[in-house]
Amino acid sequence: MRKSTAKIFASTALVLVGALALSGCGGQPSGGDTSGSGASGGGLTGSVNTDGSSTVAPLTEAAADLFRDEESGVNVSVATSGTGGGFKTFCAGETDVSNASRPIKDEEAADCEAAGIKYTEIVAANDGLSVIVNPENDWAEDLTVEQLNLIWGPEAEGKITNWNQVDPSFPDQAITLFGAGTDSGTFDYFTEEINGEDGAIRTDYSPSEDDNITIQGVAGDVGAIGFLGLSYVEENEGVVKAVAVDGVMPSTETVQDGTYTPLGRPLFIYVNNASYVDKEQVKSFIDFYVANSAEIAERALFVPLTEDQVTTATDELASLG
Amino acid sequence: MTAIIERRGGPASGRAPAPASSFAGRRRPGEFLIKLALRLAAAVTVVTTVGILIALLIPSLSFFAEVPVLEFLFGTRWAPRFADASFGVLPLVTATLWTTLIALLVAVPFGLGAATLLAEYARPRVRKVLKPLLEILAGIPTVVYGFFALQFVQGTVLRDWLHLPTGAFSVLAAGLVMGVMIIPTIASIAEDAMSAVPQALRQGSAALGANRMQTTLRVVFPAALSGIVAAVVLGISRAVGETMIVAIAAGNQAQLVTNPLDQGQTMTGFIANAALGDSRVGSLEYNTLFAVGLLLFLITLLINFISIRFVRRFREAY
Amino acid sequence: MSPTSTTATQPLRASAPIATGRNGEMRPSALAFLLLLWLSLFVAFAVLITLLITIFLTGQNKLSTALLFNFPSADPDEAGARPAILGSVWAIGATAVMTLPLGIAAAVHLEEFADRKRWFNRFIELNVQNLAAVPSIVYGLLALAFLSMLGVTNKNIVIGGAFALTLLILPVIIIATREALRAVPREIRDGSLALGATQWQTTWRQVLPASVPGIATGSILALSRALGEAAPLLVLGALVYITFDPNGLLSGYTTLPIQIFNWTGRPQEGFHELAGATSILLLAVLILMNALAIFIRNKFQKRW
Repeated sequence: MRKSTAKIFASTALVLVGALALSGCGGQPSGGDTSGSGASGGGLTGSVNTDGSSTVAPLTEAAADLFRDEESGVNVSVATSGTGGGFKTFCAGETDVSNASRPIKDEEAADCEAAGIKYTEIVAANDGLSVIVNPENDWAEDLTVEQLNLIWGPEAEGKITNWNQVDPSFPDQAITLFGAGTDSGTFDYFTEEINGEDGAIRTDYSPSEDDNITIQGVAGDVGAIGFLGLSYVEENEGVVKAVAVDGVMPSTETVQDGTYTPLGRPLFIYVNNASYVDKEQVKSFIDFYVANSAEIAERALFVPLTEDQVTTATDELASLG
Repeated sequence: MTAIIERRGGPASGRAPAPASSFAGRRRPGEFLIKLALRLAAAVTVVTTVGILIALLIPSLSFFAEVPVLEFLFGTRWAPRFADASFGVLPLVTATLWTTLIALLVAVPFGLGAATLLAEYARPRVRKVLKPLLEILAGIPTVVYGFFALQFVQGTVLRDWLHLPTGAFSVLAAGLVMGVMIIPTIASIAEDAMSAVPQALRQGSAALGANRMQTTLRVVFPAALSGIVAAVVLGISRAVGETMIVAIAAGNQAQLVTNPLDQGQTMTGFIANAALGDSRVGSLEYNTLFAVGLLLFLITLLINFISIRFVRRFREAY
Repeated sequence: MSPTSTTATQPLRASAPIATGRNGEMRPSALAFLLLLWLSLFVAFAVLITLLITIFLTGQNKLSTALLFNFPSADPDEAGARPAILGSVWAIGATAVMTLPLGIAAAVHLEEFADRKRWFNRFIELNVQNLAAVPSIVYGLLALAFLSMLGVTNKNIVIGGAFALTLLILPVIIIATREALRAVPREIRDGSLALGATQWQTTWRQVLPASVPGIATGSILALSRALGEAAPLLVLGALVYITFDPNGLLSGYTTLPIQIFNWTGRPQEGFHELAGATSILLLAVLILMNALAIFIRNKFQKRW
């Protein structure tokens, strides 16, 4: 009897260990990718940890996808704690790259300096922060900045609840609001430009660090309005539609030539200098990112860098190396 | 002489039954260690509870050093991460109450109905088939339920088919699906309780001329009442603690929910959503997470204690 | 007046005839009641079937080897759940290794060795029952606090998630094991003791082997529950985009339920199809595990 108990325990343990070992085999960088590209040329290994903006994340994810075809042994992870959240981990030395949809704030820069983290800011792409409405919304096709401020400002909390309060010609339709949460760079940028002060906003809306939730919310409600990065709008054509701001619709051209204002903005990646110098896989990834920024932006449906911006970025990179 | 002969006797039969003391006294040292290890393993459960309490209390105490308890418990504006912050937890509580209520409205009648059918009416062979099928409902991961709630119940049923004035998320969709998820919980405990009622009572009732419905309603239900109450209370506990269905389908807006077609953020929904961002250990945002967690834990603790008392009562009655 | 004369002189009142036997069961109210009961069962199953059908219809397009072998991607046509599958294997494997010995040992102590009359042991029993009903997300908070206390900054590690899951299903394993141990008749224990074995020898050589099928069934069911859990892991940062295979206890990871959650939240139809397909995969694995558990119970369970 004791033997059978022991046998059962032993065989269970063996199966578990076997399963772990087998999955361990899966952990080896596999040469044969189903994506079909032949040479996974480089033999680099290690990890590149990135965190930060939900707006920039799809761009970094696209970069990681393309990078994997070159260096399949490198583990790139992309977390989305929001621009602010990303900076917190970055200045604690926990990430190699921070994705940001706004420049680093003074307090955050001070935190990094206090922790001895030196970094380099690189513009990775451009964005037209877009205001979106439901496809069936045919009255709010062009809103002024003042109207946006009326809808989103702190004074509107609990008061502006219907579209006809924004403009008497608009129908009697309740407004529901969706947007980025407080850790988001999009949040910071939008509140600063539209409401005049970073963080000033009505709080009775649906905040989320995940822009996909904003899309879902606006897509599901006729009277909904939201704000997020342009790439999400382009990814979801027909699901939501963008509103013209002061007469200008967001697009690659209007963002690059500056006519989509005040909501046109650059998107950044912040690179930890020490990681770049010490970890070869980080250097390889960042070099790849900058060198192929146009292809990455196209793949992720972002507004690519202008020629001037490309030159600046390459220079920044050279100063790092 | 006799002693020598006894000892030299054959196997087992030869030896006289040994006095208890000679074997009991012989402690095998390995056994002491083993028993100690077992005791430590059991102690781990106590350590877990203590751990939960400590893990929740320490950040909560920091939280309440900054936010008055009364403002937390009774405030009606929940905006913890904004510049103009408020920490009134009532919006989260109303959303939790709504989802729980809707879930119970679904789970209690259908759960009790299923339990009654299985306990009172179904033949043993039918029971053997139906009971496991009901358990399948309990085995579906809550993420899948959430997906179903968002896509089908909210999107297709409530919006497309019924044209109800609702958006992408609603407390109703989450509550309905949660109710279906809880049906097996209520059904299984209620069925246990009803099966525990002695046949004698049913037979007596039948002898007096009652049909099965009358027996069930007037004899079995009252007799199994504590078990049924225990089942419902446990269902409440599961509904209050459920996270994924509400995180996916109920929405993110922390508002005082008055209309089930609105979205709302429950306590669990807030924790899940807030945990997706980054909160530095020791910051107010981090502590808020644990303060809501503590409230949730205490509420479910209370509900569980009530349920366990009822279960004890019905298990002891017969 | 004697009782007999009362009954003799007064005729039986011919009011509502006592409904007995078949007639009683055929009364409209009784039939309606029965109908309502069947309806409740029917509704429960109807919802279950609807759920399974909608999941299947949504996900069938994306059921392919790509789902199993590809990494997540921004393009739904190229995305797969490979890191999630491996992450689940690692997480559940680590959980099983930690929770099974602990849970079985604790149950053995509580059932075989603890003196039931002492208040302390009754307290432990109450405690286990309570832990079984604590919301799963609280276990995530516990693990988060524990990792912070240890100074671990990167919370997205396999062992962290396994820790939360271990504590989550520990009470379930304890309760199931105790049931299995309880099912072994007293006579077995008494006989063993009478032959001179110590309590531990009795437990190890007689009781445990006899209850292995019950323990195995309970353990598999508990582990299948852990496989479907997402809430505690969300708190532990498992919602992350990774392009590598989880390959160690300290490795970054994500799991199948988290991947479903991730894809459900995306607005594009393609991702919903992926969520549906991954749900089908997860349900298939769970069905296999439950079938295994039931098979073990039916085949090996001793009828005493």
